[in-house]
Amino acid sequence: MDAIRTEGLTKHYSVGFWRSRPYVALDGLDLQVSQGEVFGFLGPNGAGKTTTLKLLMQLIFPSSGRAEILGRPVGDVDVRRRIGYLPENPYFYDNLTAEELLTYFAALFGYPSHARAARASRMLDEVGIGAERRFQLRKYSKGMLQRVGLAQALLNDPEVVFLDEPMSGLDPMGRREVRDIILRLRDRGTTVFFSSHILGDAETLCSRVAIVAQGKLVAAGRVAEIVPFRIRGWDLIVTGLVRDQLDEFVVAGADVREIADGRYHVVLPEQATLESSVSRITALGGQLVSVNPVRDTLEDFFVARVRQAADREVG
Amino acid sequence: MRSILHVARHVFRDSVRDKVLYSIVAFAVILMVSSFLIGQLTAGQDVKIIKDLGLAAMSLFGLFIAIFIGVGLVSREIERRSIYAVLAKPVRRHEFVIGKYFGLVGTLLANLAVMAIAYYLVLEYMRFTMPPGQFTVSPAVVDPRLSIGIGMIAAELAVVTAVAVFWSTFSSSAMLSAALTAGIWVAGQFGADLRNFDQVVKSPAAAALARGLYYLLPNFAAFDVKSQVVHGLPVGADYIVVTLLYGAAYVAMLLTAAVFIFSRRDFK
Repeated sequence: MDAIRTEGLTKHYSVGFWRSRPYVALDGLDLQVSQGEVFGFLGPNGAGKTTTLKLLMQLIFPSSGRAEILGRPVGDVDVRRRIGYLPENPYFYDNLTAEELLTYFAALFGYPSHARAARASRMLDEVGIGAERRFQLRKYSKGMLQRVGLAQALLNDPEVVFLDEPMSGLDPMGRREVRDIILRLRDRGTTVFFSSHILGDAETLCSRVAIVAQGKLVAAGRVAEIVPFRIRGWDLIVTGLVRDQLDEFVVAGADVREIADGRYHVVLPEQATLESSVSRITALGGQLVSVNPVRDTLEDFFVARVRQAADREVG
Repeated sequence: MRSILHVARHVFRDSVRDKVLYSIVAFAVILMVSSFLIGQLTAGQDVKIIKDLGLAAMSLFGLFIAIFIGVGLVSREIERRSIYAVLAKPVRRHEFVIGKYFGLVGTLLANLAVMAIAYYLVLEYMRFTMPPGQFTVSPAVVDPRLSIGIGMIAAELAVVTAVAVFWSTFSSSAMLSAALTAGIWVAGQFGADLRNFDQVVKSPAAAALARGLYYLLPNFAAFDVKSQVVHGLPVGADYIVVTLLYGAAYVAMLLTAAVFIFSRRDFK
């Protein structure tokens, strides 16, 4: 049984006041997400990611097609007991504290009254909300609301978690914490379906990804399958040399730029041999600070496919 | 059923802390207290003026509260996106609407109770400061029948809240929902005029339209027993029961329509 399955999922909206015309927010989306996967749902702004998540949460109804979660139609109340959802830029009730909000949601999940506060407290600990849990939510920053949103999405130990732009509004520490939480969920066997336009997150976290652009699925599969990871050169950071000593690399086709105080960024072309270049730098008295391959990234692939989709639309 | 209770309790807790409500209730209480001063200016009629003004203040400010909190049901929840997380929980949409309604009515009753306490305190003070000879004034200063008037105000406001909830289920604009609710309340004050419209116009079409509106719009005038209770006139138990049943039926009808619309609505 798939954790998530959609077949021809389509959503049209009417736009315009006097002469309404259809706007296709999502066009025939077919997706299968297996249980235990961390699945990245990628696309630029306005691609249909949030529309898909809202359809899966039955916050909006499809124009055509169908969607299932854990083998049951979306909207089934019993399925909702087994899933969690973090909306994009979540916002909650101003006059409640984080503790009260989570206690309320725990009640909706059917936790007995004596267990609700403890459950809420545990989840707030997990997302790093400390004494602020007793403040009204009106006093929370965007990043703190995002953490509360994450806590409520995980409140019921869900089998499938839907996260809409979970890194949005978080500082680097917060992003790392969210990444750690997603990895912990993966280790526990929870299916994580998250939308993002930040590809680095998807590269480090996802077993599979799907890319949508202008409401259409443009690619889906394992990151390693859809991005060939061909090495296109080498990226070196070098120190201990002067600019003139690096001229011979420029002649060989390398791009050399000074970063600061005798530290240089050298990009060797695809045809250069890494070993001989490293030996030469050492022979000249330089030291290597770092060596990294230059390869196709998910971002390169993403940009290319989104452009293709846009071109097809125009054509 | 349990979800309805959880939603209602949550709505009560959230809305009863709204600072705007405090301002409205504070304003109503100030008006009631100041009615004592106005009463001093009118020889012999002071008790009735205080009673009348107090009930009118409860009715008017209660109306503000009913509209203010009622229209917030969906429009404010969508504007602030708080509805997304709630509807993704194991709660059915009809449970959400009905729970919201009862939570809002609970908030309304709590606010009305504060106003009623202030009202009775003003009247009690009035009785306390009266010359001994006037204790036998009829009707009594602190007349238990006034509670019938307050109860009918509460029932009327429960219907107003249902109207506000109904509009807000398909309008995302809080302003529009508030304006429509206020409009229905004003029209509902003229129930008797709509029913007897055929006696003042010759056009059968206009009379039929007025009669149709009479049956369609809530007859808020039926809940107004202020002048009877202020003047100590009897209000029949059968009248009270029938009016309350009418109110309950109207609320049930509005909530059914609200649930029907809300259950099919896209939350873009």
